[in-house]
Amino acid sequence: MTTVAGNGHRTAFVDNDQKPCGHGRMLRKEDPRFVRGKGRYVDDLQLPGMLHLAVLRSPLAHARIVSVDTTLAEAHPKVRLVVTGAMLAEKGLAWMPTLSNDVQAVLATDKVRFQGQEVAFVVAEDRYAARDALELIDVEYEALDPVIDVRTALSPDAPVIRDDLEGKADNHCFDWETGDAAETDAAFARADVVVSEDIVYPRVHPAPMETCGAVADYDAVDGKLTLWSTTQAPHAHRTLYAIVAGLPEHKIRVVSPDIGGGFGNKVPIYPGYVCAIVGSLLTGKPVKWMEDRAENLISTGFARDYVMRGEIAATRDGKILAVRTNVLADHGAFNGTAAPVKYPAGFFGVFTGSYDLQAAYCKMTAVYTNKAPGGVAYACSFRITEAVYLVERIVDCLAYQLGTDPVELRMKNFIRPEQFPYRTKTGWVYDSGDYAPTMELAKRLAGYDALRAEQAEKRARGEIMGIGVSFFTEAVGAGPRKDMDILGLGMADGCELRVHPTGKAVVRLSVQTQGQGHETTFAQIVAEELGIPPQDIEVVHGDTDQTPFGLGTYGSRSTPVSGAAAALVARKVRDKARLIASSMLEVSVADLEWEKGSFHVAGDPKASVTIQDIAMRAHGAGDLPEGVEGGLEAQICYNPENLTYPHGAYICVVDIDPGTAKVTVRRFVAVDDCGTRINPMIIEGQVHGGLTDGVGMALMEMIAFDEDGNCLSGSLMDYLIPTALEVPDWETGFTVTPSPHHPIGAKGVGESATVGSPPAIVNAVVDALKPFGIRHADMPLTPSRVWEAMQGRPAPPI
Amino acid sequence: MQVPAPFEYQRVHSVGEAISLLDRLGDTARLVAGGHSLIPMMKLRLANFEYLIDINELHDELGYVRVEPGLIRIGAMTRHRELLESGELAAAFPVFRDAERVIADPVVRNRGTLGGSLCQADPSEDLSAVCTTLDASCVIQGVDGERVVSMEDFHQGPYETAVGDAEMLTEVRFPVRPRGSSAYEKVERRAGDWAVVSAGAAVWLDEDGLIADARVGLAAVGPNTAGIPGITQALRGQWPAQELYSRAGDIAAEACSPVTDRRGSAEYKRHLARELTVRVLRRAVARINGQGA
Repeated sequence: MTTVAGNGHRTAFVDNDQKPCGHGRMLRKEDPRFVRGKGRYVDDLQLPGMLHLAVLRSPLAHARIVSVDTTLAEAHPKVRLVVTGAMLAEKGLAWMPTLSNDVQAVLATDKVRFQGQEVAFVVAEDRYAARDALELIDVEYEALDPVIDVRTALSPDAPVIRDDLEGKADNHCFDWETGDAAETDAAFARADVVVSEDIVYPRVHPAPMETCGAVADYDAVDGKLTLWSTTQAPHAHRTLYAIVAGLPEHKIRVVSPDIGGGFGNKVPIYPGYVCAIVGSLLTGKPVKWMEDRAENLISTGFARDYVMRGEIAATRDGKILAVRTNVLADHGAFNGTAAPVKYPAGFFGVFTGSYDLQAAYCKMTAVYTNKAPGGVAYACSFRITEAVYLVERIVDCLAYQLGTDPVELRMKNFIRPEQFPYRTKTGWVYDSGDYAPTMELAKRLAGYDALRAEQAEKRARGEIMGIGVSFFTEAVGAGPRKDMDILGLGMADGCELRVHPTGKAVVRLSVQTQGQGHETTFAQIVAEELGIPPQDIEVVHGDTDQTPFGLGTYGSRSTPVSGAAAALVARKVRDKARLIASSMLEVSVADLEWEKGSFHVAGDPKASVTIQDIAMRAHGAGDLPEGVEGGLEAQICYNPENLTYPHGAYICVVDIDPGTAKVTVRRFVAVDDCGTRINPMIIEGQVHGGLTDGVGMALMEMIAFDEDGNCLSGSLMDYLIPTALEVPDWETGFTVTPSPHHPIGAKGVGESATVGSPPAIVNAVVDALKPFGIRHADMPLTPSRVWEAMQGRPAPPI
Repeated sequence: MQVPAPFEYQRVHSVGEAISLLDRLGDTARLVAGGHSLIPMMKLRLANFEYLIDINELHDELGYVRVEPGLIRIGAMTRHRELLESGELAAAFPVFRDAERVIADPVVRNRGTLGGSLCQADPSEDLSAVCTTLDASCVIQGVDGERVVSMEDFHQGPYETAVGDAEMLTEVRFPVRPRGSSAYEKVERRAGDWAVVSAGAAVWLDEDGLIADARVGLAAVGPNTAGIPGITQALRGQWPAQELYSRAGDIAAEACSPVTDRRGSAEYKRHLARELTVRVLRRAVARINGQGA
């Protein structure tokens, strides 16, 4: 690993504190338990009398349910309960709302609509018996023709999947458009050069190491339901359960304990969670459901699955005028997309990229198919992954067509620093950015010119080497409540901070970590504002009974939203501390100066009190200033003014074996700008993980189906995720362009590398294949698919 | 968590005990060695046996690499890691170390065995291709004693072997001939994946430097790993040269029967059969001549 400091061209911070966030590269507070294998996950939970639940899933992609016979399963000596869709329907629980105002079957009643769909469940004394009993349930299906190819889903003779929706006569899900069609057509008309390309972002899966699961425990005495579950959004889930079940929120406690990776997979509410709740309600016992690997891969939230046509218009000398795209989106059997309601295509509108355009337009059609639902997941920042891939691929196609260097072409078209805040042609207001220095640094770290020289030499010898570039801008930190909500819940985050008498503190957050290091990062933010050592600050999260309301962790929103909340609540506490300090030092508030951790009298540094002294006074005997209550605590709810817009420049070098067509990623340089950097080690960890994800998507990952709708990627031997052997030593660098509206200037970074790396890798492979006349090849670039491209016939993966 | 169907488990301490138990339980029982193929199949309920007979205690009895004049004998319970680390084996047959380096990962190699690999009879399995390449023979022990079958006869189709219900594979034998070497290459989508295609080659030269004998074994391009007699015929008595390897590659591409799947198109696999055959023949000959690792 190599890390290179930025140019230092921008180190201004928005806060009065002119230093980077304190305690920078501290080790993670949560790691002692994780590295010792002592994390406590949902599946570690053992409760007295706990029963185990297993779900029977459909073997067919599309079929009518003729009958379900549970007699033999009920007779199994260890089985306590068998529940079918028909039984749930009697209680009005067979269907549940999705996060996109669609409905999804908890257990199928009429039809099954994808392979792996939930049909019935068994609750038994142990998980072996529960699984055995599934085989004793006899379901008679009447097979129907499945709709598998998204491109023919809307043809008039396609079977209708969603006949549960009244009057539904086709598989249309929604249409969406953004930008100005007429303006864009005009820009294309006056362009010297127009390039268009069909680009597929295949269906992939977040595949967290910990699968999804829950333990539901309904206490009939106090009427309270406790649900430990693998959720990235405990508060949002609780409110949805409250609405569906008709219970008040205070009778539901959702706990998200240690989580083994989320990546968006744990944002939706899955039927299994609801089944566990129903199981506990009906048996009066705690019920555990943990899905297995195959269930996770075939039935839970997938990502991507966009079939795109990208078009770009430019002048002869490489000034990009406009980008236009037409997208066919496969949403599976139910629209389970987790995105703010006004954004059915997520934030795909940022497909204009980092470029100063005259016009842009996107038209999208989403359809239903007989595949698992989901749609936004896998570290995509609400579809920004697809948007960035589209624009970075099509810009490279333009460079190919013009015969220009892809870095030069990008540099020529960047939004210039003085244009920020910049309103894009699709209406997004980029808060800040300074792109050229980031690109220059990446170029320098990579030794770009030397790489091009090496490539020319190798080409002359018949060797195949490619250099790929991508530049991205993300929009993260959803979001301003005037624009953004999920099922009516605004995307503001609460935060509470309490300083104990001894000066130790506890900060309570609504967001929940799945491995991102929240227990450290948030302690550092509060430590920076209050001068309390981060070791003395306990971060409490993931339990709705112990934390304020907020919308959860996804879309890189924790630092932009809850991070801001943590900084502001600490400042609120500091303001109160100032009042107490003024009475302790017997001077007016105006005569006090703050130096991290203490107030002193201006001009007399020895006359000072520490935050710990103040905390004791706030809780102790003796008078407090007029109008000041005891205690030292505060709470706030932070409503972000805008999203934050991190950016980055990535350069990838690949070698391709001319005989086997196998791609090796030799080098990867990632320069990220996420504004103020709180813990650089954690940022690098996030970047390393995201880059590895990118290698997976670019080279090997895909959830594939056969023509009958059988999922061909239901195990980790079939759905490949990369290992250390497939990735190079990451070379990272950074620049710092603080967000002007975030209290500490920070921007989200959790998904930057997942967004930015696939186009860099694909661009490198396509660049390598230039001598073969290849301008585009779709992911996943497996050896076989690269070889087909080398034969002059690159084919889409679907 | 994936959970298997109910089964009974018995650990045995001798080959005799294993065979008498197999004799009693018939085809409802299965031996488990390293378990890295069988246990996942049971957890997915693709394989359901009423009895598992654990033979890991037989490692003392069947875990060995014995070098004798003209013959190397490897016990069926010899683990991948032991094959990988055996200097004697690598000296005689570099193909073993080449292959072991690309088989799965260290966790699997610590546990998986030669016998388990051959008895699993997966068409993509690497050691089956190695044993085919080296013209190995398999010692199968039954109630009435042992019999020896060639690799050609050992594999009888995907996941099917010559081992009967009350029998077990105990040893694999490899003839050692002078002036020979070998090599193995595999293309996989990712480390630890099954082969897209892999190829092993063994070549023996005569005293004049002509090819006395040569064998090529391919994995993942047919129902079983297969030797290709046509290549042997084409190479015998010839000077080793690139053009000859190319002809062997053409024969390999012609002789194999790949199918299109998620690992690659049939056409690509045919291309790989050619490409890898050329590479392993070239490397094997270079090794005889003291060139290359």
